[in-house]
Amino acid sequence: MIPSHYYLFLGTALFTVGLIGVLTRRNIIVILMSIELILNAVNINLVAFSRYFQAVDGQVFAIFVITDAAAEAAVGLGLLIALFRNKETVNADEIDLLKW
Amino acid sequence: MLPQIAFFFLSAVTLASAVMVITRRNAVHSIIWLIVTLFSVGGVFLTLHAEFLFAVQVILYVGGIMVLFLFVVMLVNLDVSLKQSQFSRQWPLALVTAGVLLAELAYGIYQGQEGFPLAPASGVSIAGGNTQAVGLALYQDYMLGVEIASILLLVAMVGAVIMAKRKIE
Repeated sequence: MIPSHYYLFLGTALFTVGLIGVLTRRNIIVILMSIELILNAVNINLVAFSRYFQAVDGQVFAIFVITDAAAEAAVGLGLLIALFRNKETVNADEIDLLKW
Repeated sequence: MLPQIAFFFLSAVTLASAVMVITRRNAVHSIIWLIVTLFSVGGVFLTLHAEFLFAVQVILYVGGIMVLFLFVVMLVNLDVSLKQSQFSRQWPLALVTAGVLLAELAYGIYQGQEGFPLAPASGVSIAGGNTQAVGLALYQDYMLGVEIASILLLVAMVGAVIMAKRKIE
């Protein structure tokens, strides 16, 4: 039997890897993929607690999180295509029109 | 013994492939490694007896979202960015910050580990299995949430089409 906090450690580590990806990469596509990693870390925690409480509510919330991930990927990639058409770049630090 | 081996193997694969996702130069390689990560996260769901979520993970994430990512990578010309530096200037600060956050969270979980031992595996045998239990919860207790999620998906679909459109009349 694996203790619950092992899953929380796994979720924390995966979250941190995703956070490092979001903060350090320049390519917007990889940043979006890192967000998917973060959402998966959240899902691991939700399912671990769903097992701990012997209720399926956590799994239902994980399904909602996956739905959000799908919506976020669709909108984010649509934005990326629009940006690439206008600025010919996929680097997040070159899109600084709103920066003062 | 076998569950432990499965869990540690899946955790190692998850973390190693996640690191590969954020370090690869070519975005297509990142996507392939992300697919490995998502599969092993699905395996972690299986070790938690969430069989329906495993199926959702494979069909929706690996089959749907990742194909969307691959399509966009093929649409966008990445030859220029391949030759450029892949990491932004603040990467040392970002690494330190993320490391501090990881240490804090891990310390907190370690200190509170007695608070959540894994409950005995009695609830596995819900009548009809995991899929029926999740389906009943989705369409009885979380009906409003399902409706809101469907509206969210509709809005996201329309928004993505409008943003990716060439010209709006």
